[in-house]
Amino acid sequence: MEQTPNAPVDESALNAAFEAKIAAGDSIEPKDWMPERYRKQLTRMMSQHAHSEIVGMLPEGNWITRAPSLRRKMSLIAKVQDEAGHGLYIYCGTETLGVDRYDLFNQLLDGTAKYSSIFNYPTLSWADMGVIGWLVDGAAIVNQTVLAKTSYGPYARAMVRICKEENFHKRQGYEICATLANGTPAQREMLQDAVNRFWWPSLMMFGPSDKDSPNSAELLRWRVKRKTNDELRQRFVNLTVPQAQAIGLTLPDPDLTFNTATKNWDFGEIDWAEFFEVIKGNGPCNKERLAARNKAHDDGRWVRDAATAYAEKQKARAKTEAA
Amino acid sequence: MSAAAAGHEDEPGIAAGEAAAGTRAVAGARRAPMGDPIVELLLRLGDDRLILGHRLSEVTGHGPILEEDIATANMALDLIGQAASMLRLAGETEGKGRDEDALAYFRDAVQFRNCLLVEQPNGDFGQLMVRQFLFDAYSVLLLDELSRASHAGISAIAVKALKEAKYHLRHSSEWVVRLGDGTEESHARVQRALDALWRFTGELFVADEVDAAAAAKGAAVDLAGIQSRWNAMVDEVLTRATLTRPADAAMQRGGRSGRHTEHLGHLLATMQIVARSHPGATW
Repeated sequence: MEQTPNAPVDESALNAAFEAKIAAGDSIEPKDWMPERYRKQLTRMMSQHAHSEIVGMLPEGNWITRAPSLRRKMSLIAKVQDEAGHGLYIYCGTETLGVDRYDLFNQLLDGTAKYSSIFNYPTLSWADMGVIGWLVDGAAIVNQTVLAKTSYGPYARAMVRICKEENFHKRQGYEICATLANGTPAQREMLQDAVNRFWWPSLMMFGPSDKDSPNSAELLRWRVKRKTNDELRQRFVNLTVPQAQAIGLTLPDPDLTFNTATKNWDFGEIDWAEFFEVIKGNGPCNKERLAARNKAHDDGRWVRDAATAYAEKQKARAKTEAA
Repeated sequence: MSAAAAGHEDEPGIAAGEAAAGTRAVAGARRAPMGDPIVELLLRLGDDRLILGHRLSEVTGHGPILEEDIATANMALDLIGQAASMLRLAGETEGKGRDEDALAYFRDAVQFRNCLLVEQPNGDFGQLMVRQFLFDAYSVLLLDELSRASHAGISAIAVKALKEAKYHLRHSSEWVVRLGDGTEESHARVQRALDALWRFTGELFVADEVDAAAAAKGAAVDLAGIQSRWNAMVDEVLTRATLTRPADAAMQRGGRSGRHTEHLGHLLATMQIVARSHPGATW
């Protein structure tokens, strides 16, 4: 039967049905009609998330070969492996929106896609492995716990699963920190230095302040986001300060004080100039991270070509045998 | 004239009269005396897996495809996990208070007992996979025999490790076939890797006094039998991969007695740096 490609569609009726679903708190599924803008926003968020998992393998991968005990070495390999799995899982989730993961991947490689700014900071000591688990995964969990209730079904379900593993990573990271905190003076110094370097970049993980976050209102209305950047950032600070106190760490912010009226930990101003520089590609490791991803991709080309060629040969052989 | 330039005659240790008088014992055994054969065997088994696992872990996050990053990390995890239980048992059997971390992080290259094959650098993905395949085939056969050992500790470890090794072998042999029978370039690369690594395979099957003594203590392996089965296994995969088996020319050996290639020292320098910088610390 002939399809009429440009059959007039009553978008306003479809849109009304979509908005009704959102209002009722139902989830939007891949086959449901959705406004292009919703699809675009979800694609942007999910692909950025997937890219972050993939690039996030690099700073921790940097310490696998130097992990100071076999148990730590194994848990670090497992953590980086989980990140690869999360990346793969979210890329597949993004494909339900009608994009191809290879196109997304190419956007990462050519530098047009964004990923979490935190991974553009270098890992300089073993303590960074503890602090990344504790602060970076901790911040990710605050974000993702809320995303697990996002309106797009496949993303929400991915977040439920990923959050479980991230919680494990966070506990593991905090345990490394606690061990170092109870260790030798050199270990304690190493830990405090790592906290000094990663505290502010961790706060930046929640994105720009609400007043500079252009997408927020729309995303909140569609229940893509459930909380604003600043709300999530505050929740993270409130959760983290007591954890730092428990192991005797100082957080590098002289303005950090408990506000008895709001019951929040007030904190100092984030260096937004630094944040936007990193986002623009001028962070300490942006170039290195992209170069590493591109090198892996380029070095692997002959392997992927071989796998394709072999699969085609096998198909041809099967056909000959069947004939 | 400085003292150093004055010549050997002035150095007490080499003075002819003293040597003749026999005050210094110079003539020693050709080889260091063998320790407990079970400890030696466990060090060989554990070090093979620790070093290969470490090599694989070097590429975590840098693989040709995401799925392969996951698979390589998985093999690294299995191998290091196996190494940890083997080295733990080695330390317990030795009875000098060394645990798996003391053995992994506080021995020098010459004290490692791994075969030369596993310490060879990763090279390209073809070399990494050929190294893996040659080792996996050996490992499956070896662990299969050890899983029936009367030494309870060793057989328990071997039973568990064997399951994992079979998966590794399936994975690495599939890749060798895929790369060998893939494109012209992949074929050439993987053949080159095979040719380069082949000289390290002979060592795997050389039985020595440790094997004989370990057999007497309940951990017998028939390396000659393993070799013939390994040959058949490797030939079968190489044929499917359209690769040419290299001639068994001069084989390199020495890993089992601590005579390694220069690569191992660099690997250990990286692996041990943090642990050795903080002796006595817990992590």
